[in-house]
Amino acid sequence: MAEPLLSVRDLHTRYAVGKQVLRAVDGVSFEVGRGETVGLVGESGCGKSTLGKTVLRLVPSVEGAIVLDGADITRLGDGAMAQHRRRMQMIFQDPFGSLNPRQTIRTVLDTALKVHRQGDRAERRRRMTEIVERVGLPADALDRYPHEFSGGQRQRIGIARALVLRPALIVCDEPVSALDVSIQAQILNLLVDLKRDLGLSYLFISHDLSVVRYFADRVLVMYLGRIVESASHATLWRDPRHPYTKALFAALPSTDPTHKRGAPPIKGELTTDLSSGCRFCSRCPAATDRCRSEEPLLRSVGEGHHAACHYA
Amino acid sequence: MSLLAVENLTVAFPGHVAVREVSFAIEPGETLALVGESGCGKSVTAFSMMRLLPPNARVVTGRILLDGADLMAASPAEMREVRGKKISLIQQEPMTSLNPVLSIGTQIGEVIRRHEKVSRRTARARCIELLDLVSIPDAHRRIDDYPHNLSGGMRQRVMIAMAVACGPKLLIADEPTTALDVTTQAQVLDLLDDLRRRLSMAVLLITHDLGVVAQWADRINVMYAGRIVEQAAIRPFFAQPMHPYSRGLLGARVDVDADEHYSASRLSEIPGSVGSAAGEAGCPFAPRCPMVETSCRVVPPSLLAFEAGRRVACPVSLQAVTLEAARHG
Repeated sequence: MAEPLLSVRDLHTRYAVGKQVLRAVDGVSFEVGRGETVGLVGESGCGKSTLGKTVLRLVPSVEGAIVLDGADITRLGDGAMAQHRRRMQMIFQDPFGSLNPRQTIRTVLDTALKVHRQGDRAERRRRMTEIVERVGLPADALDRYPHEFSGGQRQRIGIARALVLRPALIVCDEPVSALDVSIQAQILNLLVDLKRDLGLSYLFISHDLSVVRYFADRVLVMYLGRIVESASHATLWRDPRHPYTKALFAALPSTDPTHKRGAPPIKGELTTDLSSGCRFCSRCPAATDRCRSEEPLLRSVGEGHHAACHYA
Repeated sequence: MSLLAVENLTVAFPGHVAVREVSFAIEPGETLALVGESGCGKSVTAFSMMRLLPPNARVVTGRILLDGADLMAASPAEMREVRGKKISLIQQEPMTSLNPVLSIGTQIGEVIRRHEKVSRRTARARCIELLDLVSIPDAHRRIDDYPHNLSGGMRQRVMIAMAVACGPKLLIADEPTTALDVTTQAQVLDLLDDLRRRLSMAVLLITHDLGVVAQWADRINVMYAGRIVEQAAIRPFFAQPMHPYSRGLLGARVDVDADEHYSASRLSEIPGSVGSAAGEAGCPFAPRCPMVETSCRVVPPSLLAFEAGRRVACPVSLQAVTLEAARHG
């Protein structure tokens, strides 16, 4: 098998919260193949955004390895890291908060190109015009300011800013969550086209399982800092094994009013209680004594299908 | 008689009109959904019903009849009796709606004592009952907690407890679960539905999520650019959405029930954005509409009756559906 674009092994990220230590990412391993979209789904506070930022080296990891294109970038200094940063870019949730309101789109894009020493003035100008057109913005967008654009167009600017550097990997952190439904479809379709045309790989982070299932080739389900299930999109949809994944599917409201809705499969909310045993057992409808004492490890339950549950 | 009727409501802000000629009625005990994208005027409509519009908003025309009495003509003192007692509001973000320096018991008790002459002790006992009612565990202990002690779902339960404290006839829920996780969303919406039955109140559910509407509402009003474009009962609506915008909204959503994947099918888009129609005379949806005809660009279409309880602001779509029915009939 070809070497994956990104390989993450046993990654740990911790935050200090007062005198306590929050294990936001607690031993996560996964790979993103070339041209592959990996979806990362979980509820708020499960560590999915922290994982995305750790992979990009925006947040320091304490243990583990991040290998991009065969190069271990886990401990690189700022200077050595710079050449790798261009290869991996991020698209943020809030397209307004991530753009400087005082800078024209040209400045936003040109700064990215200058920082990474991409081309001379003419070449930069050509690349900016090209990318603005490619993401579906009008040609005069370059000399306008962020507030002149609608939410969907601002997200296109965010995409242009990430793509102007011609990266290989894009971490998309909830790229459509802040957008209206009709605009979400436009942006998702654009991301699909860009991936196909430019051979991109995505790590697609979202709380919305239906969007992830549509958009990803492979899905990772995250709960309290750990991956609890990973499978191809089709397998996960057909045969979810972890009770948490099943609960996420069951909680999605169907647009068919005749489709009878059952009682919510799980109660309560994400806690930060990391006692011994399975992290999900306080909310799990099928928890047993074994779950309370012994932590389940991620194990193979089928071809390319892993789940961290004793009973999967 | 309807519990509450909004008649021909138009609300303007300096420079733009947020709500245009909106009329609808809420029947006692039902859940009516008000659906639309950000900026379509659904929250402004809700705030008008509570008379809580920002100072720069102006109600140009319209009446809001609660049990036959016009709220637009009510005095500020009369409105204070209505809010919390007859109509309550819960909002999207429970953290910003709760006072961070007061315990939740104090905040719920304040609502009770504002509307009813009861002692502190009685109010406190009622608070505990209410927290029980919204399924907050250990209510007698939790009552002295502060908002920051609670999770997002629990805070929203506290907001609901506060809203139903004085047994309102109408609860306006403005995006009540948008800030919550999916597993919590189902729990909170089930709670609202349960309370609606037990307290026999009506719920105006404002949301952008058609899945939430399909599962928890009885009727739907779809809003676009300040106007209601379709009114229907839930089953006929989802079986056959009639306004092109309603169809577009349903189509653009990743279907939970179908096994769709990007490698096999594209999502159907609604091209452009709400702003596309700025300065145009006709139907506000015309620049984005796949069925647009020249007549659409003259005057904005008004709501036309189709079946009992169903009205659509699109003569083109109505005609197409009628023709289709005649061909098969």
